[in-house]
Amino acid sequence: MSMVALVGVVDLLEPLSFGFFRRGLTVAVLAGALCGLIGVYVVLRSLSYIGHGLSHAVFGGAAAAAVMNVNYFLGAGTWGVASGLLIGRVTRRKLLSADAAIGIVTTASFAAGIVLFNKFGQARRSIDAVLFGDILGVVATDVYAVVGVALLVLAVVIGAYRPLLYATFDSEVARVTGGHPDLLDAVLMVMLSLTVLVTMRVIGVLLISALLVLPASIARMLTDSFSRMLTLSPVIGAITSFVGMNLSYHVNTSPGATVILINAAVFLVVFLATGRAGRRRVAHVHV
Amino acid sequence: MILVEAGTPMLEMSHLSCSYGGPVVVDHVDLRVQSGELVGFVGPSGSGKTTLLRAILGTVVPIHGSITKPAGISVAYVPQVETVDWNFPVTVSEVIVMTIRRRSWWPITSKAEKAEVNMLLERLGLGGLGERHIRELSGGQQQRVFLARALARQPDLLVLDEPTSGVDVRTRHEILHLLTDLNADGLTIVLTTHDLNGLAAHLPRIVCFNKTVIADGAPIDVLRPAVLEKTYGAPLEVLIHGGMPVVLDHAPFLRVVSEPA
Repeated sequence: MSMVALVGVVDLLEPLSFGFFRRGLTVAVLAGALCGLIGVYVVLRSLSYIGHGLSHAVFGGAAAAAVMNVNYFLGAGTWGVASGLLIGRVTRRKLLSADAAIGIVTTASFAAGIVLFNKFGQARRSIDAVLFGDILGVVATDVYAVVGVALLVLAVVIGAYRPLLYATFDSEVARVTGGHPDLLDAVLMVMLSLTVLVTMRVIGVLLISALLVLPASIARMLTDSFSRMLTLSPVIGAITSFVGMNLSYHVNTSPGATVILINAAVFLVVFLATGRAGRRRVAHVHV
Repeated sequence: MILVEAGTPMLEMSHLSCSYGGPVVVDHVDLRVQSGELVGFVGPSGSGKTTLLRAILGTVVPIHGSITKPAGISVAYVPQVETVDWNFPVTVSEVIVMTIRRRSWWPITSKAEKAEVNMLLERLGLGGLGERHIRELSGGQQQRVFLARALARQPDLLVLDEPTSGVDVRTRHEILHLLTDLNADGLTIVLTTHDLNGLAAHLPRIVCFNKTVIADGAPIDVLRPAVLEKTYGAPLEVLIHGGMPVVLDHAPFLRVVSEPA
């Protein structure tokens, strides 16, 4: 190996020598895989707007937790899960249209978060960090939280693979044949809320919904099989997050935004490379 | 599948009425379907056929009366193909596997399950198509995939909503033969259809339905102009051809009108 190549490799590996970067990278890669996994259901069930809304709702919870000096995961998690279940219930019962329900619940929550931050500026996390992600803010607890949620989501996706597929593909028939699509909807909303909660710190509120949609949409262009899409999407999410995080260090850009741009670039390449088949598949993806 | 002796009641509706909170959609239906029967419900759009199916399936709760089935029977449902999302990323095998109750915690299809799926595919003439996406199939094949999914549950009662809706003549024949074969094997089948000549006239028993039962019996006894006019609210003519009723839209220039004796 030439000296120049060796120096290049050393440069590339440089960020890994920092503890904060290793923690951030671990959370980002797991967040990418997690968002890729849950994103399959988000995309196929047309929940991307809910994902977007939930991230805003969790922001309100995070602000309230910071102001009240309550543990972030407890405060924001309770708020996020409650918002997710509320949106799911209102939508399912058709009390309001899905758009209206999400708009009201999540924007009110988001606005409450902004006001709390304005009012109590000494809150630990700045608005920018929460909105756009902050690798420096990642602590060991964040790593444990994302690992925990990833294991939980993985267990549910494996354990309820067929009922979840049935309820996603054909909820009416699933119900008729003894399934519990309403319960699975609620479980999915809880998983989505928890995913948003533990990935928000690195990716940022404003960009999480993109990470929920892009890896799954890329996977959709590559396959017509549900099981393959479910396998491909988290792998794409993890790889793009790894590349995006490293790139963000070297070019000094926001990690969340860089990860999303890498995903967008991969989407474009796959869109062009898969030709008509890919375009036909993704044309029916509900984002 | 549980053993329900042929000729014993599979479905019993007594003064059954259903609504969705507004006007009554199904009104005082008294009907019995015996085990091993093949029954078709015919009637105009909005006549309550689908609501009746939903009551049978248990997704609509009666506002009056009752509907009873033997305890513990397995019911399978084949929806209208128009309601299926044909762009959903799912292969033929995946459609069938999703309904099979898993025997282990691992989601990957076991060898025994693969064999079960392949056997079903072969039985329904879909051999070798397991890895195809559902959109890549012909209309008849698509309908059979959903029949295969229903049969994977080893049902005692099979319920189909408009199984020949939007299919060509050949596919209609295929579906009719398939249902007849399944019924000959002892499966109780209840279906709705708009297809009076292509499907209903070939069934052993049909029920003309418009909110309530207008007539019930063999096609030759039920498909009569008076019954059809009461059911559809429009005059329809009936021609007997080869011993079978053929329903014609009312057309004054057609002179061949007969009433079965």
